[in-house]
Parts: sequence; C-alpha cells; structure tokens
Amino acid sequence: MRAYPYDLDRARKKLQSIKRNIVVWSSTSAAGAGASGCTGEGRGSMPGMDNAFVKFSGVQKTYDGETLVVKNLNLDIARGEFLTMLGPSGSGKTTTLMMLAGFEAPTHGSLLLDGHSIDNVPPHKRDIGMVFQNYALFPHMTVEENLAFPLKVRKLGKLEIEARIKRVLDVVRLGAYGKRRPGQLSGGQQQRVALARALIFDPKLVLMDEPLGALDKQLREQMQLEIKHIHEDLGVTVVYVTHDQSEALTMSDRIAVFNEGAIQQLAAPAELYERPRNAFVAQFIGENNRLHGKVVAMNGATCKVEIAGAANVQALAINVEAGRPTVLSLRPERVRLNPMPGSLPNVFSAQIAEVIYLGDHVRIRASVCGQDDFVIKLPNSEGVAQVEPGAAIAIGWKTEDCRALDAQ
Amino acid sequence: MATMAVQIAGSPDDIPLRTKLQRVERRRKLRAVSLVLPLLLFILIAFVLPIGRMIFNAIHDDTLLRLMPRTMAALNAWDGKDLPDETVYAALVGDLKQASAQKTAGAIAKRMNYELPGALSEVMSSARKASALSAGLYKEALIEINPFWGRHDAWSLLKRGRSAYTAFYLLRSVDYQYGPDSQIVTSPPENAIFRDIFLRTLGISIGVTAATLLLGFPVAYLLATLPPRSRNLLMILVVLPFWTSSLMRTIAWVVLLQDRGLVNDTLIALHVISQPAELIFNRVGTIVAMTHIQLPLTLLPIYSVMKTISPSLVRAARSLGAGPFYAFWKVYFPLTLPGIAAGCLLTFILCLGYYITPALVGGPADQMIGSFVAYYTNEDLNWGMASALGAILLSATLLLYYVFNKLVGADPIKVG
Repeated sequence: MRAYPYDLDRARKKLQSIKRNIVVWSSTSAAGAGASGCTGEGRGSMPGMDNAFVKFSGVQKTYDGETLVVKNLNLDIARGEFLTMLGPSGSGKTTTLMMLAGFEAPTHGSLLLDGHSIDNVPPHKRDIGMVFQNYALFPHMTVEENLAFPLKVRKLGKLEIEARIKRVLDVVRLGAYGKRRPGQLSGGQQQRVALARALIFDPKLVLMDEPLGALDKQLREQMQLEIKHIHEDLGVTVVYVTHDQSEALTMSDRIAVFNEGAIQQLAAPAELYERPRNAFVAQFIGENNRLHGKVVAMNGATCKVEIAGAANVQALAINVEAGRPTVLSLRPERVRLNPMPGSLPNVFSAQIAEVIYLGDHVRIRASVCGQDDFVIKLPNSEGVAQVEPGAAIAIGWKTEDCRALDAQ
Repeated sequence: MATMAVQIAGSPDDIPLRTKLQRVERRRKLRAVSLVLPLLLFILIAFVLPIGRMIFNAIHDDTLLRLMPRTMAALNAWDGKDLPDETVYAALVGDLKQASAQKTAGAIAKRMNYELPGALSEVMSSARKASALSAGLYKEALIEINPFWGRHDAWSLLKRGRSAYTAFYLLRSVDYQYGPDSQIVTSPPENAIFRDIFLRTLGISIGVTAATLLLGFPVAYLLATLPPRSRNLLMILVVLPFWTSSLMRTIAWVVLLQDRGLVNDTLIALHVISQPAELIFNRVGTIVAMTHIQLPLTLLPIYSVMKTISPSLVRAARSLGAGPFYAFWKVYFPLTLPGIAAGCLLTFILCLGYYITPALVGGPADQMIGSFVAYYTNEDLNWGMASALGAILLSATLLLYYVFNKLVGADPIKVG
C-alpha cells in the first residue's frame, strides 16, 4: 500500500479530477489533432477545454532576434494531467518549460496558470515545483534541509515542516537518509530527493526537465514507474520534458512532440504511435519503415502511391494530395509474412538480407520495392525459423497500417 | 576469470604476485620521485634551509660566549646577587684586552647595547682603557674607569651570555625584556613598539583583505556568469595588474593620489573639496595601493569556485519559492565560501609580509612588520631581531593557516 503524503480526501478528489480530465481529452483529442494543420498554428489546443489549467497562447521565443526557438506555441494542459514534451535537442521543449517556470520570458504571447496570467510573476511566486536535469540538490544542506527549504521560505511552523518531511521521505522511500548530504547518496536516491523537494510544498504544477537523463537504464525504468505512481497518487499536474520516447510513452497522459520550435503532434501515447500526423512524428516515435513514392490517385480516406515505378501501394491518406511526393510510414511489426492470397491489398516480394535473433522477437532486414533497409519485426513464435537470409518471400500489409505522410 | 587466476597462480617463474606488484610500483614511484627531485632540492636549499637558519638565529646568539670565554667561565661561580668577585673582573679585563687586540670589542659592545641601551660606548671605552690596567685590584680599577662595570644589570646580562641560546630577541619582539635580575619584564615605552606594529600589520592586512573581498566578489560573480567572449575581456582587465611590476603600480598610485595629483585636482575642480585631501603617505594610500595589487589574488579563487556552481541550483531555489536575495544568500553564497576562504587567506598572508608598498605610499605610522625585518637585516645588521620578528610572523601565519584548515578543511561543503 502506497502512503499518501497528504490527506486522503484531497488526494482522492484530485484523482477524480484527473480521471474526469482524461475522459474529456481522450474523447476530443482525436478530433482536435485531426482538425489542425501541420504548420503548428492552432495545434495542441484542446477543444472543449476553455478553463485549461496551463495555457500557452501564441508564445514565441527568440534569443538572437533572428531565429525563433519557439514558434507560435498554443498549448492547453488540463489539471492533474501528465503532459510530456518530447523532441530532439534544440527543438524548443526545454525553452518552453523554462518559460513556464519563469526563468525565460516569452518574446511574444502569454501564459496562463490556473486562470491567471503569469507573464509578470517572478519564478519564486509561481508556486511551481521543478525537478532539474542534474537534480540541483543543494550540496551544502542535508536531505532534510533540502526538503525544508521551500517550507522555510513559506514560513511554515517547525512541527509542520518536520511532519511533512517525514511523510514525503516515506513516499520516496528514503526515510533513513534524512541526515545525509546529497553527495552521499546514489544517483537514484538523489533523484528521489529532488522529486520529494519539488512536491513537498504542494505546488500547483510540477515541471521535470529530463530528470532521469543521468541514470542508468534499469534505474531509469524503475524511476519512470515511481514518478508515474506518485503522479497518480497525488493527482498533481506534471509537465515533463524528455528526448527519450519510451520514457514519454511509459508515463504520459499526453505527449507533445516538438521539432524545430513547434508542436508536431499532441496526442495520447497510443494515438501518437498508431496514428502519427506527419513523417517527423512517425520517424521519431518508434521504429518505422519509410517508402518514398508519389501519390497518383486519391480515393477518399485512402490513396494510391506509386513507389519508384516498382509498384503501387494502397495507403491511408493523412496529409497528402494527388501528384505530390509522399513518404509511406509502416511499422515493422505490422508487416505480415506469406499472407493468404487476396487477404491483403498490399502484397510484395521481399528478398531477405539479414535475420537477427533478439530473443523475444526476430528482426528481418529485407529488400522491398527497391529499398533494402526495410525492417520486419516478427514475434518469436513457430515458423520464424523458416526465414533464412537470401530467401525470397511474400509480405503484405493492410491499407490502414500504411500511412501516406508529407515527404520531408 | 577463473582460468586467468589459475594461470597466474601456476605461472612458471614462481614469483609471488605481491612481489611482482611491488616491483612494478617501485619503478613507477622512482620515476615520479625523479621528476619532482629538482624542485624538491630547490625548495630544500633555497627555502627550507634559510628559513630554518633564520628561526635558529632568532634564539641562537653566542657572541658573548665566543668573544669573552674567560669571563663566561668565571661567571659560572657567581651567585648573581651582589657584584661578582675579583676573579671575574680579572677574567673580564683579560677578555677586554683580547677584544681590543683582536678588534672584536665592537661586536661585544653592540651585543650588550641591544639589551642595555648606552652600553656600546661604555664597553668600547673600557676595552680601550683596559689594556692600560695591570695586575692588582681589577674590580675597583675597572669600576673606577667606568662605573658601568659596577652595574648589576650589566653583570646579569653577561651571566645570561654564558648560554648560546637566548630568548631575548623573541621577548623583545613581543615587547618583553630581561630586567636587572634576569627576570622577564615588560619593555619600557620607548622600546615597546612591536606589539603595536604586529597589530597594525594585522589591521592593515584585515582591511586590505576585506576591501579585496568586497570589490572582488561581485566581479568574480560577473566573470562566472558572463558569456565566454565578454568574460575573456573582463578577465584580461582583472589580471592586468599582474603583468605590471609592483613598483610601477605603486608609483602610479603616488601620481594619482598626491596633493596635486589627478584625484585631488579633479575633486577640487568639481568643488567637492577646497583643500587637497591627504590621500597618500598615510593609511588610506597604503590600503588603496595594496588592495589594487591583491585584488586578483582574492578574486581568482572565488571565481574558480563560482564557475563550478551549477546555475540550476539558484534556479531550483527560486522555483522552490525563494526570492532572488534569499536564494543567493542561502544557496549561492554558502557554496562560494571555500573560494572566499582560499582567496582571503592568500591575500591576508601575503599582506602580512608587505614591505615595499607601505614604504612607498605609507607614512611612518603605516610601516608594517616587513619594514622592520628589512631594517634590522639591512641597516641595523641585528639579525637576531630580524629573525625573531620573522619567526613570529611565520608562526602567526602557520597558526592562521591551521585554524583556517580546521574551519574550512573540515567543512561539510567538501563532502558534497
């Protein structure tokens, strides 16, 4: 049983409010994502969420007066939501977070937190907890002193401070480490202290800037779950920045994929993986086969794509028009081997170049439609052993698994 | 791993692993030692030996023992109450005759003059006249030619001279001296200057250290936070004084601060003052010039520590609700303490030994202990005093360093 650091009623109320919000956005996000274009304009706003907890409207940021690091950002975050900003380095996600924290001022646009503009509120009055990349624990203070810091600033009583420290240390399972200094703790323990410190003063919002970047893989996965559970238990709103897609997929309610200063797609993890809006998102989230071709005919929601004179592919038309070049995105695990004749609209011959055995699955590199870096992922079940390098086999995929996206 | 272990244990040469390791380590250590050997020798010859010799000089003085062997031997029997008896006087006359012949009377006279002002001329004249004395009642004859030899304190001084070691110089350096009966008494006011000078040295050093800290800390902060390009420019400005000779810098201050200097002329022209302010050849000038020289030495250690402080710490403090000043005071400032301590200690210790700058831009009341060491070494040729003052300064410095290490070395900041 996980200990609640605050009174139970309040945590339950928060929990209910998140669930309410989850329902709200999951029913609308598909429509919201589908309605927006690909220029970044208007993307990310959730229809039906006028009383957003955090609201970026038309936010721009430039450092040198020439290039925009953040281009016209519109983003609404619901109360209790776990939102992740995911993107490569230099995509503007950290700048966005720093603007929310108050360490960077937007060049244009405004920010609302809980209905109030925070454009002119200094960082220490925003009441936002923050977990930094390298923990940023005060090295000259013990764990308890670190945790007491935000409470002392708020002039809480000594007893109250002690009680809160005890509770929050229990939540992060560091009860015995209160008297130690950060230098005497392992990376994972320091990370938990940083987390506890960002939560102890009951902030309205918690920001996390790649907090797990310095940990090894195993610890990182463990901490992901811990952060996720703490978020669920406390019901606090979290904005999380990372460049690690599996981290984003594990923890988030919604993920905003950043690239070149704009949100490329804002959706729930499954939505993002299953239905990427453009080639960047498809490429960035998960593994992806890219087939370059040209749209020859549009047919409602689907289209016909010609691949370098080799073959025609039936694909889902996402953001393409007839006559334009396109990139077909196809997940490696959606490719079927030896399909029944007539069962799939897209059937091609593949020359197997390489078979890599990975325990739970087998990766096959093959040459398909003139492209020799085509990857197929097969679960390790019966029949896999028959696939051998050099063999030619038939492969196929459904129309809805193959998405025709803008050519980049 | 297992096969490796077996191979090592069963290797044909049968040399234990520990021995092999020691051989390899020894070779490594020898190489390391041979690299530092030249410096080690240099430090030993040019630093440790002279300082050891200097400290030895502070307590060792065998002038009387060496130049007055008969008297010293005869004084063994003296109880130190009344004047010594005839045999001692006879020995003294013998020594004085020898001193006169060997021209060592000056050294004896000077040595006695240190402890008994005025003894110089008495001893010199006695030595001249002693050659005329012949056998007989030396005691009365000697007291007759110079009443000095009837003084009890003169004989106490000679009796102390039997030992090659004396605490006189050290006592004198802290304003004590031997009384007529060899008891330790405070020096008379005309001799009691050194405590004041030590306190003055301490005061000026503290003042300069505080001034460099107040001026240097903000600059160090600026340096640590500026983007690299402007940082390099500012850094050059900061270390520029290092590249100029200390004499030139000091003289430049004379030009600036003198009665008709730039600063006074400007202030008078602006009608801020009507009379030239006394800015140089006093305490103000001393502290200004020394601060200028010491500023980089305080600043650079602080800067190097500040550079290691992650900016995210202050940001974290701000996000936790601390205002800019509170975050600075509770988070940033404590982390700069090792740098502040190192920089201030460096400046403070160097200030203790300042000599040229106070001599050039200070008044008579601003001379520090270094000036007196120089005076005793170069002009008075009283190496005992120079050594004693130096030894006390050195031990004060070492004591300070020890206290500093106790305070900062054991500081928990280093653990973090």
